[in-house]
Amino acid sequence: MTLDLLRFTTAGSVDDGKSTLIGRLLYDTQQVFDDQLAHVAEASRRRGGDGALDLALLTDGLRAEREQGITIDVAYRYFATPPTDDGGGRRFIIADCPGHQQYTRNMVTGASTADLAVILLDVRHGLLEQSKRHAFISALLGIPHLVVAVNKMDLVDCSRERFGEIVEEFERFAAKLRGRPGVVYIPISALDGDNVVARSERMDWYDGPTLLELLEQVEVAYDHPYDVPARLPVQWVIRPSGELGGSDYRAYAGQLASGALRPGDPVVVLPGGRPTRVAAIDTFGEEIPEALAPLSIAVRLDDELDISRGDMLAIADQPPQVAREIEADVCWFTDQPLRAGARYELKHTTRVAGAVVDRLLDVVDVHTLERNPAPPQLALNDIGRVRLRTSAPLAFDPYERNRRTGSFILIDPATNGTVGAGMISR
Amino acid sequence: MSVTAGPQLTHLQALESEAIHVMREVAAELERPVLLFSGGKDSIVLLRLAEKAFRPAPFPFPLMHVDTGHNFPEVIEFRDRRVGELGERLLVASVQESIDTGRVVEESGPRASRNRLQTVTLLDAIAAHGFDAAFGGARRDEERARAKERVMSFRDDFGQWDPKSQRPELWNLYNGRIRRGEHVRVFPLSNWTELDVWEYIAQERLEVPSIYYAHEREVFERDGMLYAWRDGAQLIDGERVFAETVRYRTVGDMSCTGGVRSRATTLEEVVAEIAATTITERGETRADDRVSEAAMEDRKKAGYF
Repeated sequence: MTLDLLRFTTAGSVDDGKSTLIGRLLYDTQQVFDDQLAHVAEASRRRGGDGALDLALLTDGLRAEREQGITIDVAYRYFATPPTDDGGGRRFIIADCPGHQQYTRNMVTGASTADLAVILLDVRHGLLEQSKRHAFISALLGIPHLVVAVNKMDLVDCSRERFGEIVEEFERFAAKLRGRPGVVYIPISALDGDNVVARSERMDWYDGPTLLELLEQVEVAYDHPYDVPARLPVQWVIRPSGELGGSDYRAYAGQLASGALRPGDPVVVLPGGRPTRVAAIDTFGEEIPEALAPLSIAVRLDDELDISRGDMLAIADQPPQVAREIEADVCWFTDQPLRAGARYELKHTTRVAGAVVDRLLDVVDVHTLERNPAPPQLALNDIGRVRLRTSAPLAFDPYERNRRTGSFILIDPATNGTVGAGMISR
Repeated sequence: MSVTAGPQLTHLQALESEAIHVMREVAAELERPVLLFSGGKDSIVLLRLAEKAFRPAPFPFPLMHVDTGHNFPEVIEFRDRRVGELGERLLVASVQESIDTGRVVEESGPRASRNRLQTVTLLDAIAAHGFDAAFGGARRDEERARAKERVMSFRDDFGQWDPKSQRPELWNLYNGRIRRGEHVRVFPLSNWTELDVWEYIAQERLEVPSIYYAHEREVFERDGMLYAWRDGAQLIDGERVFAETVRYRTVGDMSCTGGVRSRATTLEEVVAEIAATTITERGETRADDRVSEAAMEDRKKAGYF
């Protein structure tokens, strides 16, 4: 069965029609309420449109954004399609990422939790810098599904040839992307609704899925828990001391980062590596026979071991790597550049450690996807590979294999700000 | 303990697991959290999530209610009963006290509301108790300013929210580092919709205050909303008090929370009604959001829930 919750991200250049596309998805799936619609109708009139409903206004956010006609931050939107007899119907969470300010930060943030990325292109402009960056970041962040929505088809007379040219252009670019994700191309008109929810009659040459059909059907990462080894970063130790519960109760609570866990499973406690077995898995007073990621659970173990927050329980026959030196692709979010020798706090799973930047190995040219070696620094919005040393050993998997145990954030201890995001390569 | 069938992950389980993860992170990384409990449906869900995150141990934080003095009596009764059942500690921060001590000035006239005053009471209580994290039940689907807010949302030492400089939130890695005097607001239900909340309440068989179910009540109509008649309320010309069968979609102050005409008397009927509704919950029931296009945004920046 597929999880009935899909998280996806949208990004595009300014004026690609992203807000209109999201508005169209919400409107055509009947997710727009009467009072919201009245608000949009009123705002459409006030802004002197041609009387048509401006669906882009459905995603209007803060006052500064309305005044300046921009989007300043990632916004989250929710919609659902009704359940059907054959298991269809899903809840959707859209991370709507603005394209022009802090674009790397916004796209990386939205992409970090997404199962699918919708990359929006204007058919008249083809593949621009911004779209390349988004496709690259989506692949780098391990999003398994890329959808290229070629928008404004109505402005090129729904030309099959023009659509074909863009597909070809994008394919040449995508061949260089990490992991070579599968790409689906859909010709749409967000303004008129073609191939978003309803199938386009004017583009009868297109026989692939509509955007919504695709969103309803794609598999998400958690659909294959048995293919990935179990990892449980310990968040919290439950040990009641008072009148509630037995005083000898001790369970290790956390969210299963990957895989499946059952009572009796042999596990190791990392970074130390001591072996034990799962005695029971609890969720609020109920023992369950099996836990699948991403369930939040509490695990009791056969042996009494010294385990605390930041440790990781892992299935014994496929343990993660443990190291104090790592290499990672880092996305840099702040004006103060990243340089060798700098010190940060690194948060990885539930562990916080000190980290010092040993070396900058390369920086990515997002336009050509070439990696230029030994840069002097990573500036705002740069992405590059970095070698780090940490104050405590980390139990990790390469990000390509496990997004939860292969990712970290960097925090500047002087400002407490989140200044970078990292994906461990080794 | 009973052994149940193997888990098949549903969207409610995914949302629940995410919320439990958030609560445990905050309990582990911040020193003095507090959970804001209003007796409303969202904070009722928060209490169940806290049970799932921390039982059989007690919660690692107290509960706090900001009492405007204009709450529905049914909700206050429910609040105290539920806290008693859980055996947890409840603090009550009183808007009346803030008025009595001159921290805020009561609005006057027939449209007076204590909604804005709550912000001062809340921030005073957070400072007085030294809380560095406050769990709230707000959801991103409620309102467009909320759609942009982080799960763990930073507040400066004036309690202010600055939407332009929020910390990026990646994967499930939250950054709760703050300086003394600052705090974070934490919204474990960020990704839930109103329907998710009701489906969860039905799944968990959670009790909610009686005003969420259809009941007959004395009301008056103003700006297209049905307000509960209470002692001290003032009518404007032409308004009259009449009996109507209503239920509440949100639980706020009696002075600014409207009821909706409804026949839903069971949880299942409420879920069905919410699934079929064509009006947003705040649009239908909250006068506080009707003041201007950016009413919520302004209140949030000042430190509101």
